[in-house]
Amino acid sequence: MAIIKVKNLYKIYGKHPDKALKMLEEGHSKEKILSDIGQTVGLNNISFEVEPGEAFVVMGLSGSGKSTLIRCLNRLIDPTSGSIIINGKDITKMTKKELNELRRQKISMVFQSFAVFPHKTVLENAAYGLKIMGISQGEREKKAYEALEMVGLKGWEDFLPSKLSGGMQQRVGLARALATEPEILLMDEAFSALDPLIRKEMQTELLELQENMKKTIIFITHDLDEALRIGDRIALMKEGEIVQVGTPEEIMMSPATDYVKKFVEDVDRSRVLTAEMIMKKPSTVVIYPKDGPRIALHRMEESGISSIFVIDKQNCLLGLVMAEDALHAIEKNEKSLEKIIRKDIPTVLPETLLKEMFSLLTGKNLPLAVVDDSHKFKGIVLRGTVMAKLAGGIASD
Amino acid sequence: MIEFVIPLADWINAIFEEVSFYLSPVLRSSSVLLESIIKQFENILIWPPEVVVMAIVGIIVWKLTNYRLAIFAVLGFLISYSIGVWEETMSTIALALSGTAVSLLFGIPLGIIASQSNVAERIIRPVLDFMQTLPSFVYLIPAVMFFGMGKVAALVATMIFAMPPAVRLTNLGIREVSKEMVEAAQAFGSSRWQTLIDIQLPLALPTIMAGVNQCIMMALAMTVIASMIGAGGLGMVVLRSMQTLDIGMGAVGGLSIVILAILLDRLTENISKKQKEQKNTH
Ligand SMILES: Nc1ncnc2c1ncn2[C@@H]1O[C@H](COP(=O)(O)OP(=O)(O)OP(=O)(O)O)[C@@H](O)[C@H]1O
Ligand SMILES: [Mg+2]
Repeated sequence: MAIIKVKNLYKIYGKHPDKALKMLEEGHSKEKILSDIGQTVGLNNISFEVEPGEAFVVMGLSGSGKSTLIRCLNRLIDPTSGSIIINGKDITKMTKKELNELRRQKISMVFQSFAVFPHKTVLENAAYGLKIMGISQGEREKKAYEALEMVGLKGWEDFLPSKLSGGMQQRVGLARALATEPEILLMDEAFSALDPLIRKEMQTELLELQENMKKTIIFITHDLDEALRIGDRIALMKEGEIVQVGTPEEIMMSPATDYVKKFVEDVDRSRVLTAEMIMKKPSTVVIYPKDGPRIALHRMEESGISSIFVIDKQNCLLGLVMAEDALHAIEKNEKSLEKIIRKDIPTVLPETLLKEMFSLLTGKNLPLAVVDDSHKFKGIVLRGTVMAKLAGGIASD
Repeated sequence: MIEFVIPLADWINAIFEEVSFYLSPVLRSSSVLLESIIKQFENILIWPPEVVVMAIVGIIVWKLTNYRLAIFAVLGFLISYSIGVWEETMSTIALALSGTAVSLLFGIPLGIIASQSNVAERIIRPVLDFMQTLPSFVYLIPAVMFFGMGKVAALVATMIFAMPPAVRLTNLGIREVSKEMVEAAQAFGSSRWQTLIDIQLPLALPTIMAGVNQCIMMALAMTVIASMIGAGGLGMVVLRSMQTLDIGMGAVGGLSIVILAILLDRLTENISKKQKEQKNTH
């Protein structure tokens, strides 16, 4: 069941939200509402669900309402209308007390500008949430130590944040958020203020933490690379609305609108596209030991190809048979493919990046086989497809 | 020409007569209590041998700030002693510090209240403006009417004069704490009170300390004016020299006041500087 369920959420900034809602209903645009009655539409009819353990990324241009949305999820901002159901409870109806309880136990936040407390040591910062929860000093320090170790800040406990670099300060922010062991982590452009190298490093760390702890993460960014890297699903926002929600693959391969298309256009595909995204079902295969050289050659002829992949009954990849080898075997009257299966062919995992596949493809004209961890055959990547994707055509399917 | 004048002065006189008639028994008895507290404080400073006081003040200043200011303090006191205004100086210190204490006691909480609600701020602000722009002679008279001549009336006048900067700067300091900090505290479920105690007040401390500094300076300035209503101390020396046109005596009183002012100013300034340094030495 979904851990977060947002339904028909609206946020109007200004003194006359009712008028603005009415105008939205009548189909007026955000600009018109601003120019006519001076109300800013922050969120316009947002609905989505997030599953437990999912990393949900929200993207969009500046001013599209990302921060407004994430701040509604812990009610740092009160939405104008709509519901936000977290763990089955509508938080828009919560009292101050219930809300504080929710923020202490279930939801933590990491801020773009770190927002670590300058007058508290690194350890006190990390222990802050636990202090508010009313946990004894001994215990909260123990947990804060653990959280700091987890983000790689062991040994820095007694320093003040001002002595730390930006990347380290954000680790303090992350440790502070993790120390309370929340189910949900809200991250508003948490890595945007970091330089590219540190940023990559933090992304990797977050992915590792995510792997181990299975937190539900709402992550805001306006960097597509980051979104594709971190997100299980990505929502794209424009002028307070969600224009598309989908897996990274769906967003990349079938952008719903021109706005989304623009977003995915200028990304470095070779670093983003994976084998899984661009592979195709092979037009035909042979199954060992059921099929012999004759069938193999026949199928190649039918599909107009010069080599064919061989799998076993469990769909595990065994290798590749070349047309000329099959012909020789037929001439020698062999019944089995056994002797002619080439086993030393290059294979890639579904998550292999385009740029890594490129080097495997050079020189040979054979397709790449995509296999998963247990060697199951998933699909093939053709040399032509790789070249086309590198060149930037998305619609070349 | 205006024929008819609204008799505002008469009205106010009438009101004050009424109020003071009913209130003065209460006020005068509480004034006796306050007076004895200030007197006690004064006695503590005057009773021991001067050398002991100088030594103790020197050590306290040294511990709170640095040795240079401690030397300045001892030298300053030595000058006051040698020009013959020791008791007056002690009396002025007692009154100025009592005035500061009372001003802060009310001023800082008021500043906190003003910072927490815009309505409260809108009410408190004009009152502060009023208190700060009102010529002090205007409230010296009612203060005497309510509390009688003496140190308590002086204390009340000091409070009216010295409290506004404490209120203003406390309010300002808290409001200046960045929204991010407050949001971070809220995001972890801090109540308003927890946010105030743990985040806003510590971060506002430098500004609040600037308010304390101003408060002390103004309290000191007021002790001079308040000598006219029987506050005693160095102000009395200056006042008497004015009445007798004794320029030399006026200079003696003035010099002692200036020494005190510099000392108290540097002291508060250095305390807040030292706080900051301690935080950064980690
Ligand atoms: N406190 C506020 N009062 C009025 N309007 C606001 C307020 N906060 C945000 N807005 C407006 O709401 C819209 C959405 O802002 P929001 O901060 O959510 O955007 P964002 O997607 O987070 O942008 P960025 O990428 O710059 O952080 C903008 O048009 C903004 O001007
Ligand atoms: Mg934002």
